[in-house]
Amino acid sequence: MSLELFLVLGAGLLAIGLFGALTQQSVVMLMMGLELMLNGVIVAAAAFWHFLAPATADGQVLIVVVITAMAVEMAMGFAVVTAIFRARDVDMTDMAADLKE
Amino acid sequence: MVITVLFWILGVFALVSGALVFRLDSMARVTFALLASFLFVAGEVLLLGLSYLGVVIVLMMTMEMVIMAVFMVMYMMNPAGLMPMAMLHNTRGAAAIAGGLFVALTTGIFLVDWPQRAGRPPAEPTRALGEALMGPQMLTMMTLGLALFATIVATVVLSTHRGRYERFGDDLCADRPDDPIPGGVGR
Repeated sequence: MSLELFLVLGAGLLAIGLFGALTQQSVVMLMMGLELMLNGVIVAAAAFWHFLAPATADGQVLIVVVITAMAVEMAMGFAVVTAIFRARDVDMTDMAADLKE
Repeated sequence: MVITVLFWILGVFALVSGALVFRLDSMARVTFALLASFLFVAGEVLLLGLSYLGVVIVLMMTMEMVIMAVFMVMYMMNPAGLMPMAMLHNTRGAAAIAGGLFVALTTGIFLVDWPQRAGRPPAEPTRALGEALMGPQMLTMMTLGLALFATIVATVVLSTHRGRYERFGDDLCADRPDDPIPGGVGR
C-alpha cells in the first residue's frame, strides 16, 4: 500500500469517468461519468492526506469540498435536465447541440 | 498485510463496478453499479484512517444514488434494459482521450519525486477536521454553505414549471391565476 497505488486507482476511476462522460449520449449517464471522475479525486485527496501531510487537516477539507461539489453537480444537473426536458423534450446531448449557437 | 489485501480487493472492485456503469443495459443496475463503486472507494477512504469521511461518503452516496435511480427511470428511454440500444457517440475518440489521460497520469505518478511524509496523523482525524472547518478553514466552510444555498434556490427556479409569475402576471396583481385547468368551485 503506497501513495502511488492509490493515485493509480484514482487515475483509473478518473479515466473511466472521462470515457463515460465523453461517450454517453444521455444527459443523466453523462452526469454519472462526472461523478465517477470526482470519485477518483476523492481517492487521490485521501491518499495525499494520509501519505504526505497527515498533520494538517487540509486533505480532509479537500474531500469535503469534493463531496459538496458532487452534491451540487447532481442537484444542478437534474434541475437543468428537468428544465430542458420541459422546454424542448430533450434528454440526449446531441439533441441539445443547437444550444451552442 | 490484511490492509494491503483489502486495498487491492476494494480497488479492483471499485474500478470494475465503475466500468460496469457504462457496460450494463438496465438503468437500475447502472445506478447500483455506480453506488457500488462509491462504496468501495469509501472503503479505501476508511482504510486510510478517515473514518468520518468514509461513513459520510457511504451515507451520502447511498441516498444520492437512490434519488438518481428515480431520475434515471424518468429520463432514460430504456429504463429496464428491455430494448437494448446504443446510446454512445465517438467511442473511439473518447477511448483514446481517456486512455491517453490514464497513461499520462500514471507516468506522472511514478516519475514525480513525492515529498516525505510531514508529521503523523492525529489521534482523532475527525476532531482535527472539525477544528479546521470551524477555525482556519472557516472561509471554505462558509463558501460551501453559500454554494449549497445558491444550489437550492437555482434548482427550484430551474425545475419549477409554472411559478407565481406565470400564474399571476409579472407584477403579481392578476385577480385570478392563469392556469391551464382552472381550479376553484365556480364562484
